[in-house]
Formats: sequence, structure tokens, C-alpha cells
Amino acid sequence: MTAWRTEGGSAIDRSRPLRFSFDGREVEGFAGDTVASALLAGGISVLGRSFKYHRPRGLWGAGVEEPNALVDIAGGMPNTRATQALAADGMAVRSVNAEPSAQKDRHAFLDAFSRFIPAAFYYKTFMFPDWHLFEPRIRQMAGLGTLDAAAQGPAFAEQVNHHCDVLVVGAGPAGLLAARKALRAGKRVVLCDDGRQAGGSLLFRAATIEGKTGSEWAADMAAELAGGGALVLAGTTAFGIYDHHLAGLNQKGGDGAPDRLWRIRAGSIVLATGAIERPLPFGNNDLPGIMSAEAALVYLRRFGVAAGRKVVVATNNGLAYETAEALAAAGADVTVVDYRADAPPPAGVRVLAGRTILSASGRGAVHAVRLSDGSVLEADAVLASGGFTPTVHLYCQAQGKLDWRDDILAFVPGRPVEGVTVVGAAAGDFGLPAELAERAGRALGIVAAWPEPGTRERVWIDLQNDVTAKDVELAVRENFVSVEHLKRYTTLGMATDQGKTSNVNGLALMAELTGRRIPEVGTTTYRPPFTPVPFACFAGARSGTRMSPLRRLPLEKQHRADGAVFRDYGGWLRPAYYGAGPADTRIQAEARAAREGVALFDGSPLGKIEVIGPDAAGFLDFIYYNTMSTLPPGRCRYGFILTEGGNVYDDGVLVRLDENRFVVSCSSSHVAGVHALLEEWRQDHFDRRRIFIHNATAEMATLTVTGPRARALMEAVGFDIPLDDAALPHMAVAASTFEGIAVRIARISFTGDRSYEISVPADRAAALWARLRREGEAFGATLLGLEALMILRAEKGYIVIGKDTDGTSRPMDFGLTAPLQRKKAEFIGRRSLITEDATRADRRQFVGLEAVDGKGVLPTGAHGIAREGRGVRSAGYVTSSYFSPALQKPIALGLIERGLSRMGDIIELQHLREIRRARIISACAFDEEGSRLHA
Amino acid sequence: MQLFPCPFCGPRSESEFHFGGDAGNHRPEGFRAVTDGEWSNYLHARNNPRGAANEIWMHMTCGEVFRMERDTVHHRVARSFAPGEGDGHDGMAH
Repeated sequence: MTAWRTEGGSAIDRSRPLRFSFDGREVEGFAGDTVASALLAGGISVLGRSFKYHRPRGLWGAGVEEPNALVDIAGGMPNTRATQALAADGMAVRSVNAEPSAQKDRHAFLDAFSRFIPAAFYYKTFMFPDWHLFEPRIRQMAGLGTLDAAAQGPAFAEQVNHHCDVLVVGAGPAGLLAARKALRAGKRVVLCDDGRQAGGSLLFRAATIEGKTGSEWAADMAAELAGGGALVLAGTTAFGIYDHHLAGLNQKGGDGAPDRLWRIRAGSIVLATGAIERPLPFGNNDLPGIMSAEAALVYLRRFGVAAGRKVVVATNNGLAYETAEALAAAGADVTVVDYRADAPPPAGVRVLAGRTILSASGRGAVHAVRLSDGSVLEADAVLASGGFTPTVHLYCQAQGKLDWRDDILAFVPGRPVEGVTVVGAAAGDFGLPAELAERAGRALGIVAAWPEPGTRERVWIDLQNDVTAKDVELAVRENFVSVEHLKRYTTLGMATDQGKTSNVNGLALMAELTGRRIPEVGTTTYRPPFTPVPFACFAGARSGTRMSPLRRLPLEKQHRADGAVFRDYGGWLRPAYYGAGPADTRIQAEARAAREGVALFDGSPLGKIEVIGPDAAGFLDFIYYNTMSTLPPGRCRYGFILTEGGNVYDDGVLVRLDENRFVVSCSSSHVAGVHALLEEWRQDHFDRRRIFIHNATAEMATLTVTGPRARALMEAVGFDIPLDDAALPHMAVAASTFEGIAVRIARISFTGDRSYEISVPADRAAALWARLRREGEAFGATLLGLEALMILRAEKGYIVIGKDTDGTSRPMDFGLTAPLQRKKAEFIGRRSLITEDATRADRRQFVGLEAVDGKGVLPTGAHGIAREGRGVRSAGYVTSSYFSPALQKPIALGLIERGLSRMGDIIELQHLREIRRARIISACAFDEEGSRLHA
Repeated sequence: MQLFPCPFCGPRSESEFHFGGDAGNHRPEGFRAVTDGEWSNYLHARNNPRGAANEIWMHMTCGEVFRMERDTVHHRVARSFAPGEGDGHDGMAH
């Protein structure tokens, strides 16, 4: 192929030359060139190697349909279509699937074996012993570009939500006309086009509209629309239509800027998406130098690049004549091979009518074509047009159904879809819209030129995935006669171009082979995205904590000042422990100090959902496993909330403030879930006027004073209520004040020691915390992080939901059977507790585990094992395991099969390859009688 | 992304809503009398209709539970309404 720069080229600026590299070779171009047009002008015909056979491949298209010219652009843009990427000065471009370069590829030998590697060859051949042994090598030989792991990408992609009355996709003549009509009717209009300029085919096909050239008219229209308030988005591909007229648009950033994602909710959508030219099926039709006739016209008129000196234009329709005439005018030697017998009279070009191309030949690039009359034509460029396929992807995504039109040999939109209109070439109208055309345009006059079975030479159907006519024949022989099966078996149309140029030829061959008409074969399902969209565009700024925001404590600053090491606990950033040094040492020290003296703990994330109203008590009886209506005001009760399936969903303490007012203290990571659960049952099962629910979790901080000297410290702070056991016993709550602000003090303990939980408005938490710290100095108060708290509660056998329970746990597995036997009222999940599964004897039950092998702390997650014959099976697992500073020995909790009836038994546990031995004991390993709660 | 009409807030994106089950899947009351079959049907059996569907949804941003009649084929929403404003189905799911 000997392409060259001609005069002109409406897209490029010849006063601004640029240079970039391709596979290490320097390429010159001009501002406005795409990577593809600059490579073509530079005479580089091999732009990549094919996916499977490593065949040399050149440009086919000029836009979104390009199957071959994928390139990696240094800086993190792999698999970019060279036809759409703007060339930039200094850019480093590499071919894909080629090593060391597209020109000299070391896997090129594969093509010599192509006869032996048809569709599904690898899967059929490399089955034994295991496909996965071979897969990495095979995948490495096939494939596309490589990710640059070091590339960070430009920045977060912006995401824009937008609403409009009319979204017009495609700024060709039909789209511009539709947008103008909508704007003049007073609609809010968005117009998008994947090109950098409005105009579509007007940018390269000759037209006169309203007294202007096509491209002038398009530029004026775009300006008029933007000036009239329409949003005109250039370089923007509408890649998907989703439910209720939501369109997804990918706006290319370019120039180092990130892409932008638009979510546009439109009242109605006009699709003016044009049509894509099909290849002609002849032998070796994948050789570099064989190009779409329309693409050649684009390169000539837009970029001033003629595709060759000695050009064959091969066509089965009339639209390719514009290419032939234009190239002839530019000085190329042009011959038209017209598949139609009654070709129109020649216009300055030689026409061989009624002939077809049988095959092309050439090494590395096309050199000649052999015609059906036996003659051979030398050519350095073969520009083929096999007809046009309307771009109906978005219409089909919107649930449209296609009709086949024999007169244009194409699928076109059939029955109307509510709110979606298809116009222009996308609807099969290949000329200008009637309102704009001043004279009749060229007639399509197409004749069929479908792939034929039994061709000796290889005829490529899908260039990107290397699917030939022989592969389709093989699939049919093996009875894959549904078009969806054909696709999956041969990978036809499954490449990144999604078969934009190949699908219709493939299913036409399928129709021929199975004796059906093309519409009977039908198309595969169209799904978003129309073009590949970078993940970064969908992700936008939503990564890390912007994807999953961390909740922060009101006292975070104070904890940081105290040297807290923070970790994420169920979405909350909380102090794991305080101070420098080895974590384990600090955690053990905190746990020991809390047992010996007094500790301060920030429990602010604890759920505080208020349930208020005359029916609140009955409602909570229904919500909880436990009976709650009998709880006296001023008292607290521990309970479970179950799912309707009878599994433990959450646990916590319910506080009754007065007759009609309760506070649900749910797990800190379950607040949103419990709140939704309460609301759903309130609104859908109870009299919603008699119960009110308010989530006060974020309004109130909860600061806990715990330990043998807790009361002394509390009294030193000086609350205005008595704190002795008679006035405020364990599991009692009282209202008090701190510096004139109402606070709530509850005797609830998660450590097993006397504890006071003080709930204070979040904005006053700092003052109370400072006061506790100051008064605490005299008592040697320690700061207690969450890790040490975990040890203290495990010593007592207090559970943590989701750690000591799993999705199959039932309340009886924790020894809590009384409500099931005695509770009168109905409650969530009750019926599920008397099912066969719930009453099974071999349930996994919550117990303590004491290591008896002297090997230290049991690994959390170690499975209890039951030996059966020669094998073993899991008989439960360790849920929590620590070294207890108070007991000076390892402690563990677990869910063990029949555990509650096997106290004292010694079981085997397995972790990775290690076997451990432990005795089943009570879950409560410390102060079993609970005297420290009152000490 | 569908648009659902919250009876209280107006049309909002589907991602703001939480599915609450089929309307009319009434909770069998009186656990002693409820058979395994009835309970299992309530817990697990779903209508999964092709076409007209009658469902309970919660709009998470306002917290209100409501009924919605929609079509599962073309996703058209016929109507949505607050509990008690429908045609006699006061208790919706349960």
C-alpha cells in the first residue's frame, strides 16, 4: 500500500505538524490527524497482528467500527481504536498482540498452522488433564493490548446527571435536522456525536444543503443549536439506552483529561446513528490495504490522505462510486469492480461490471486481486463496499425489533418503541433527508454479495476475532444453528468491536448453510455498551472511602491526640488501641488495666433508635425474640432480633425510658438495617399512626466508664443522681445532666465489670470526655480501644453479631430457649424456630473452647473436625480467639456441633495443615457468677 | 435505571428504593396453626410474574413504604400509592 498525502483535508491543520512514535518508529502528522490517518499517510500498512492467527492487519475503517487498528497508547490507554484517537506530539503508540512489532511478529508462524486450529480447537484439544494448565500460555499468544500497571490515569472521571426533553444521538444530517426541529418547538435538547465535529457523513460526502456545502451547513447548524440553548456534546458516544429513557454517554477527554460519563434522562430519544459499511467476502479479504470504500473517502476528504496509487474499488452498490471518483480526481489510477451487471455509466473511472473478486493476494499487504472472469488486477489498495448496516444497536437495546429489507439488504428498525425515533441511515434511508436534499442523491442499487460456503481460500467474516467462513461452516456442521450459539462457538461478533462490520455477513452465511432466509436466522442480542467504555469512567470518583464512606466519631480528634490507632469497624473509623509500640502489648495492657481499675471507652457508634408511641411495647414484642412489653420503665433488657427465617439478625439491649418510649441499641454496623426493618414492619404490619421511629444514633455520643472503680470515677465527676446499686442497679437507666445538658446513664456492661454508659448529645461529647479524662487521672483510668474490648467481652462469652453468629445461627444455639417456650406473643421468625432444621439435634452451638495441647491461642476460623471413615468433615469452627490477660491463658469461642451437650469433651480442630486439640467449656470463662457487675 | 414514582417524593431513580416483596403475601398468623407448607410458601414462594406485578417498595431516602403496580416486561409503572389509599389492601405484604 502506497498511501500519500494529497491536497486539502478538512480536519487537519497543516501549519501545525507533529511527531509521535509507532512501535518505536517515528511518524509525522498534523494537528487534527487521528493516529490512524497519520499512520496511513506515513505509509505504515501493518498496524497490528490478528487475535488468533497473528496475521498482519491494516486499517479497515475510519471510525467506531474499526476492527483491526487497536493500539496501546503509553500512559494508560490500552486497546484504543487508532481511528478515533487524536494524534498528539510526542505520543508513544504500540501495536497490540505483536512482539516485538506489528511488522515483525514472532508468533506470525501460527498462521501457517491455521488449518489445524479452527474454532474451539483449543478447548477441544487441551482438555486433559486440565484446560487450566494450558490456558495461560494460550491466552498469552492470543489477545489484545496490555495494561500499563504503572499508569495512574489522568484523574477521576467526572459524572454528570442531566435531564432533557429530547436527546438526539448522532449529528449527521438527520440528527441535526431532528435537533433543530425539537429546539424550534421549544424543547430542551441534547445532541451528541462521537465525532469531534458535527456533520457525520456531511464531513466527507459531497452535499449542498440550504445553499451551503454539507460541512458548512453542519457547522452552522451546530452553532445555531448551541446558541439556541441546546447542549451539543462532541466526541461523545451514546453507548447504552437503559430503562425509562436513560442514556449513558461517554465523552472522551483527550489531551490528558479524563473521560466524562453522562447519565441523561430524556423525555424522548432520536437515534440518528447512521450506518456502517460491510466488507466484501473474498479470499484473503483481511490483507492490509483492503479498506472500506467509505473509510477511504473519509481519509481523502478529512485528512488529505489517498489510500493508494493503483486503486481497485470493489462494490455491490452505487455509493462507493463517490470514493472512486474522488480518488481518481486526486490522481489515483482507479478501477471499479462492480458486482452488478447493470452498473451505471462510468464517471471518469474504469468500470468492470458484473464481476466479483474471488481472492486477494500479497505478502504483508494486498498486491493483486483475482476476479470472477479469471483476470488478475494489480492494486496497492482495494476499497470494498459490501453494503451498509444501519446502526440499530441503541434501538435494539431499547427493546426494538428489527425488520429485514430486501431492497437494501439490511436490518432496519421495525415496530416503534415508545419515545424512541430512528431517522436517517440508521432507519435505512441512506440519502439526505427529503427536506434537505435539493436533488436526488446516488442510488444504493445494491445486489447481494454474501459469503459462499466451500471457498478454498480463507474468507474473513470477523476481522477482530479471526473468524472465517470455514469456522461458521464448522459450527453449522456441529449443529450450532442458532445465531446465539454460532456467536459463542466461533466468537463471531464477540470482540471489542462487537461485530459492527461482521455480524450481517456471518448470519447471511449461516442462512445459506441452513437453508433459511436471513431474517429467519435473526441477529444476536444487542447489549450495552455500544463501544468499550473505560471502567474508570463508570467508577468516577467512587473508589476507596468515596465508594464506601467511613463514618467518623465526634471525638476522633481527641483520640488522635491520645495516640489512637484507628481501624475500620463495620464502616466506623474507631480506635483499635492507644499508644505506640507493638499492638499486641498495648491491647493486652489495656484489657488488663480495665479489669484492675477503670477504663474509658468511646461507644458512640452504638445504635440508638427510638421507638415511641402507645403501641410501641407491643410492636417491640413482635420485633424481638424476647418479651419486651414486661420491661419496667427505667430498665434495660438484652435480646435478639431474628429474621423471618428464624436466624439471628442482631442483638442488643432495649432500653425503656418510659411507658411509651424505648431505645433500640443495635450493633453499630447494623443501624441502617435495623432501622429499615423497624420501619418496614411498622408501616406494613402495625398501625403506623401509633408508633413513631427515630434514629438518634448520630445525635448522641455514648461514652462508657467500666471497671471495678467505675462508680468511684462517676461519683468524682459528680452527676446529679445517685449511682449506687439501689438507685441505679445493673440494667437500669436514669436521666441526669452534665453541665446543664440532659444525659442518659445506663448500667449496661459489655465487659462483665460494673459499667456506666453515658449518652450525651454529640456536640457535648468533647466536654464530657475531657472531664472523664481529668477526673480519671486520680484513678489511673486507662483508655480502652476496641481490640481490648473484644478480649474483655470474649472472656465473658458475650457475642458479636456476624463474628460469633453466621447466617444460620438460631437463638437456641446460644442457649436462649426461654422465649420460645414461654413467650405468648407472636414475633419475627417464630414459626421458623419450630421447623425441622431449627430443632435438629446436631446444630452448631455456641460454646467456649480451651486449648489443651499447650500450643497457645487457637486460630480463629479453625474448624472442629469429625472423622468419618477415612475422611473428615467440619463440625463447626472457632469464631473468636484471644489470649486473656486476666486469666493468663488462651480463650476461644466457637460454634460447635452439639456443643452445649458435650461440655468437657475434647475435640480436634484443623487449621490449614495443623491439628489442634481443645476442650469444650462454658462460653463464659471469667466471673461466671457475674459478681463483678455489682462489685 | 428505572424511574419509580414515590407517592410522597415523586419520580426517583430505582437505586433509591428497596424491594419489600409481593403485595398480598400475607403473613400467616398464629404460629402453632401454621403448617410448614404455608410458612414455606410465605417465606420462599415468589410470584415472579411476567407482565403485571403488584409489589411493596420502600423509598429509602424518605423511609416510606408504598405499593406499586408495574409491568415486568416493558417496565412501565401503572401507579403507586401510599398504604390505605389502594383498593382495600391495607396490610400490604404481611
